[in-house]
Amino acid sequence: MAEQVGGPAPQGEQRGTGARGAPSTWKRLLRYTLTRLVALFITVVIGVYLTILIANMGGYVDEIRRSQIREQIAVKFQNDPAFRALPPEERQKRIDAEVAVEEKRLGLDKPFLVRSFNYLKHALTLDLGRSENMTSDSGSRQVRLIILERLPATLVLFGTSQIVLFAIALYIALYLSRHYGSWLDRFFVALSPLSSAPGWFYGIFLILIFAAWLKWLPFGGMVSVPPPESPVRYALDVAYHMILPIMALTLSSIFISVYGWRTFFLIFSSEDYVEMARAKGVHPRAIERRYILRPTLPTIITSFALGVIGVWMGAPIFETIFNWPGLGRVLFHAVQLFDTPVIVGSNVIFAYLLALTVFLLDIIYAIVDPRVTVGGGRQS
Amino acid sequence: MLRGAFKELVRYPSALAGLVVIIFLVAVSIYTVITIPYEEAIRLWRGGEEIWGDVPKLAAPAWFNNFTAKKRPLTIKMTSDDEAGVERKQAQVSDALWTDDVVYSFDYPYDDFPQEIAVTLLAQVREKAPYVSLIWVKPDGTEVRLADMAVEGGKRVYRVSQDEKLGRKLKLPENVNPVVGLFAEDPTAAEPVPMKGTYQVRLEGTLFEPEDTLQSKLVVYGTVYGWAGTDHLRRDLGIALLWGTPVALSFGLLAAMGTTVLTMLIAAIGVWYGGWVDALIQRITEVNLVLPVLPILIMIGVFYTRSLWAMLGVIILLSIFGAGIKTNRAIFLQVKAQPYIEAAKAYGASDWRIIFFYMVPRIIPTIIPSLVTLIPSFVFLEASLAVLGLGDPVLPTWGKVIDDARANGALYQGLYYWVLEPSFLLMITGIGFAMLGFSLDRVFNPRLREL
Repeated sequence: MAEQVGGPAPQGEQRGTGARGAPSTWKRLLRYTLTRLVALFITVVIGVYLTILIANMGGYVDEIRRSQIREQIAVKFQNDPAFRALPPEERQKRIDAEVAVEEKRLGLDKPFLVRSFNYLKHALTLDLGRSENMTSDSGSRQVRLIILERLPATLVLFGTSQIVLFAIALYIALYLSRHYGSWLDRFFVALSPLSSAPGWFYGIFLILIFAAWLKWLPFGGMVSVPPPESPVRYALDVAYHMILPIMALTLSSIFISVYGWRTFFLIFSSEDYVEMARAKGVHPRAIERRYILRPTLPTIITSFALGVIGVWMGAPIFETIFNWPGLGRVLFHAVQLFDTPVIVGSNVIFAYLLALTVFLLDIIYAIVDPRVTVGGGRQS
Repeated sequence: MLRGAFKELVRYPSALAGLVVIIFLVAVSIYTVITIPYEEAIRLWRGGEEIWGDVPKLAAPAWFNNFTAKKRPLTIKMTSDDEAGVERKQAQVSDALWTDDVVYSFDYPYDDFPQEIAVTLLAQVREKAPYVSLIWVKPDGTEVRLADMAVEGGKRVYRVSQDEKLGRKLKLPENVNPVVGLFAEDPTAAEPVPMKGTYQVRLEGTLFEPEDTLQSKLVVYGTVYGWAGTDHLRRDLGIALLWGTPVALSFGLLAAMGTTVLTMLIAAIGVWYGGWVDALIQRITEVNLVLPVLPILIMIGVFYTRSLWAMLGVIILLSIFGAGIKTNRAIFLQVKAQPYIEAAKAYGASDWRIIFFYMVPRIIPTIIPSLVTLIPSFVFLEASLAVLGLGDPVLPTWGKVIDDARANGALYQGLYYWVLEPSFLLMITGIGFAMLGFSLDRVFNPRLREL
C-alpha cells in the first residue's frame, strides 16, 4: 500500500500540481507504477513461495510432480506401438526406469531447498500441473485451465458488487455528512455493528427470505438452466442471478463504510480552509467536491481497498453459498475432492489476484493523490 | 483512568446493550461448561444410535407449538417396565407355553401425524425364540393387526413406516406412510386428519421356557423435540448451540487478544529499534497483505489438521502482521519522540523496560476498542471454516450446525429453525461485541465523541 502523509495538504499545492501540467504527472506516475510493480512482484514471489513451503511440508507438491511425470511417461508408452508389443512386466520396468531418469532430470532427487525454487518457477509461470479428479468445462485436466476458466465469473460478481458498493456508500456518506444528526444519520450509525457479519452470512438470510420463502429470486447459480440463447437475454439472466449476491455483499459492508466515511467527511468539513471557502461564498457542492472529497479520497480508497481484499479472501465460502461458478467454488470443490494440485494452484492464483488488486488500487491512489512520490512522504 | 472510562461508557445505550449481550453469552458459556462437561457433550454429539435412537429426525423446537394453531406431536416413549399407561399380564398356559401380554395406552391430542412408530423387542431365551403379535387399537375401537414375528437373535425392531404390507392392508395409496393409515380418521381423504383420543398397542408374546423374558419399548416419534430441535442424525441441536457458545467466545477472544497484543509488541519493537528491524517489519507487513488468508487456512485444514486450536494458532500467525501494525506504528512514533522516553534513556533504562513499561501502556487505550471489535470477525471466521467443511472434527460449533443444515438442504426443505438458531447466536455475538467496541472507540478516541 502506498503510504499517506498525515494531515491535509494546503490547497494551493494541489492546484499547483495541476497547473504545472501533465508531463510531470505522467512521469511521476510511470516511475511510481514501475517501482510498485517491482515491489509487488517480489511480494508475490514471497507469497507463492510461502504457499509452496506450507504445501510441501507434507510433501504434497512433490507428490503432484511425481504423479505428473509418471502419467506423461505412461501415456507416451501407451501411444508408442513399439512398446505396446512388450510384455507387461518388461514395459513396467522400462516405465520405472524412464520415470527415474525424468525425476533426476527435473531435480526431484535434489535437496528440498533446490526443489522448492524449481516449484516456485513453475508456480510463477502458472505451470500448475494436472488435477487429480477435477476437469474443466472443456474437459481438460490442466489446473491452469480449470482455474482460469472460472475467473470471469468471479470478476463479474465481485467487480460489479464492489463498484455498486463504492458508489452507494460514497453517495450516502456525503449525504449524511451534509445532514449530520438527522434520523437517517442516526439510523446508519446505529446499524454499523451489523457489518461485523460477513457476506455469506447475510447470503443465507437473503436466500431464506427471497428464494425459499417469497420465491422471487433464484437460490443460486449464475444462469438459468438451460441458459438463454440471445446474448442480451443471457446478460439479463446473469444480472437476475446476481441480485442476491450483490445484496449480501452490500449489506455486509455498507453500514461500516458509510459510518467511517461520513465521520471522516465531518472531521474534514470542520477544517479551517473549508470554513474559509464557506465564508468566501463558494457553492456548497463545489466545497464538497473540491475541499472535502478531494483530500479525503486517498484515505477512502485505502479503506475501500482493504475491504476489497477482505471480500476477495471470502470468495470460497461466498461463492459456495450462492453456488456461483467462480474461482472460490473451484477451491471449495477441490477441498471436498482432496485435489491437491487444484488447491495449491488456487492459492497461487489468489496470491496473484490480491497483488493485482493492490497494484490497481495503488495506481488509482497515485492518480488521486498528487503528494505520492516514490520513496517520499515516508518518514514524515 | 479505566474507572472513568467505564463511567463514560455506560452513558452510551449501545454500549449497555452490547454489555448485556456479552454478559448473557458468558453466562450461557459458564452454565454449559458446568452442566454439560466436555466429555459428556462429545458423547451426546458424537455418540450413536443408543443415544439418539429414540429422538425424532429433523424435528422442530417444541415451543413452535405455542405459536401455531395446529399442534405438532411430541415423542411418546414407553417401555414394558413402566407403570403409567402400561398393563402387563404374564401367565402360564401349559408346561411348555407361557404368555406375556403388554398393552400400551397413550393419549394423542395432536393435529399432525407422527414421523414413525417403532416397537423394539428384546428377548433373553435359552433356546426357542419367543413369538410376538402386535395389534394396533384406534380410539374408536378399530383393530389393526400390525405384525406377527419371532424375536430371532434376541432383538427385533419393528418400524411401521417400513412395513409396505401394512400399507397395502390399509388400502393406502402409493407413497403414503403407513403411520398415516394408523392415525387417520379417513386414510383415503385428500388431506387426512389424525383421530384424537387414546390409542393402544397390544403386544401378545408367547414364550417357551420358564426363565425366558421379553422386554419391549414403544416409541411414537413426534415432529417437535426439545428447545432447539434435532438434525438429520437425530442429534439434539441444543447441545451444539450451548457448546458452541464457549467455543465461539474463547476462539474469538483468544484470536483477537493474540493478534492485537502481538501486533502491538511488534510495532513497538520496530519503532524502538528503528533501522533495519523497522524496515523488515514494514516489508513483512506488505507481503502479508497479499497472502490469501482463507485459502491458506483451507490448505492447512486439508493437508494437516482441522483442530480448532491449531487453526487458531495459524490465524494469529497470519494476522499479526496485519494493517494494525501501520496504525500502531504511527502512534508509537509520536510516543518515542516524547521527552519522558528521553529521560528514561538518560537514567539508563533498558530497551525492554522502555518498550514494555513506557511505550506499551500509552497505546493500550487505543487498542482496547479494536480488540473488542475484532472478536466477532474471528468468531465468524471460525464459522466460515466450518461452513467450508473444515470445522473442528470433534467439537460441536455453531458453524458446523449451519454447515450440516446447508449440506442437507435445510433451506430447500423449509427447515428454517436449523439455520436460524445458530445464525441468531452468531448475529447477537457479532452485534454485541461490535456495539461495545464502537462505544469504547468513542470513549477512548475523543475526536469521534461529538460525531
